[in-house]
Amino acid sequence: MTKAEIITRIYEKVGFSKKDATDVVEATFDIIKGCLEKGDKVKISGFGNFVVNTKRPRKGRNPQTGDEIIIDGRKVLTFKASQIMKKSLNTMGSSSAIGAPDAPASE
Amino acid sequence: MTKRDLIDEVNKRFPHLSRRDSEVIINAIFDSMVDALAGGDRIEIRGFGSFVVKNRRARQGRNPKSGALVSVAAKRVPFFKVGKELRLRVDGKPYDPDLDGED
Repeated sequence: MTKAEIITRIYEKVGFSKKDATDVVEATFDIIKGCLEKGDKVKISGFGNFVVNTKRPRKGRNPQTGDEIIIDGRKVLTFKASQIMKKSLNTMGSSSAIGAPDAPASE
Repeated sequence: MTKRDLIDEVNKRFPHLSRRDSEVIINAIFDSMVDALAGGDRIEIRGFGSFVVKNRRARQGRNPKSGALVSVAAKRVPFFKVGKELRLRVDGKPYDPDLDGED
């Protein structure tokens, strides 16, 4: 699913003009990005939370040469899905796919 | 920022829409995203990031308190990977869309 498909769904199923659907979808992601850029968290009930975490600088190694290097501190964005979303993924839709693993459980 | 704040912010930009209109559209955005993931689809929002669902097989786990063996059922878990533009902006780095080859 892309942003264009989200827009199509809104103007087809919810009944707004394509222009309104496009404008609101664009504005929504724009505002969320602006908020996260400032370091604020964004909590969407029923969906999940976007949180900016600060990583401290640490020592690492270049795996190719073995040289010790300093990995700079940085800010990273993490997403934690809501319980509601996790539940939806395991009840709705293609429930037959639940038993078919595509990745090791230890990943 | 909560979903309510987001609705207010969006609504400020579109004076011809009622707050209720903005609320309906924003709820539809997130509902359609959850539906897509529940149906096994992945979501890609350019400049923002992508959401994928991974399948976890059933496994034997342990109750960390009692040490008792418990079986954990197979499940599907959502993952988010931040896109290039947002990753750089969150880290306070400059982002120039003209120089961007991938997202």
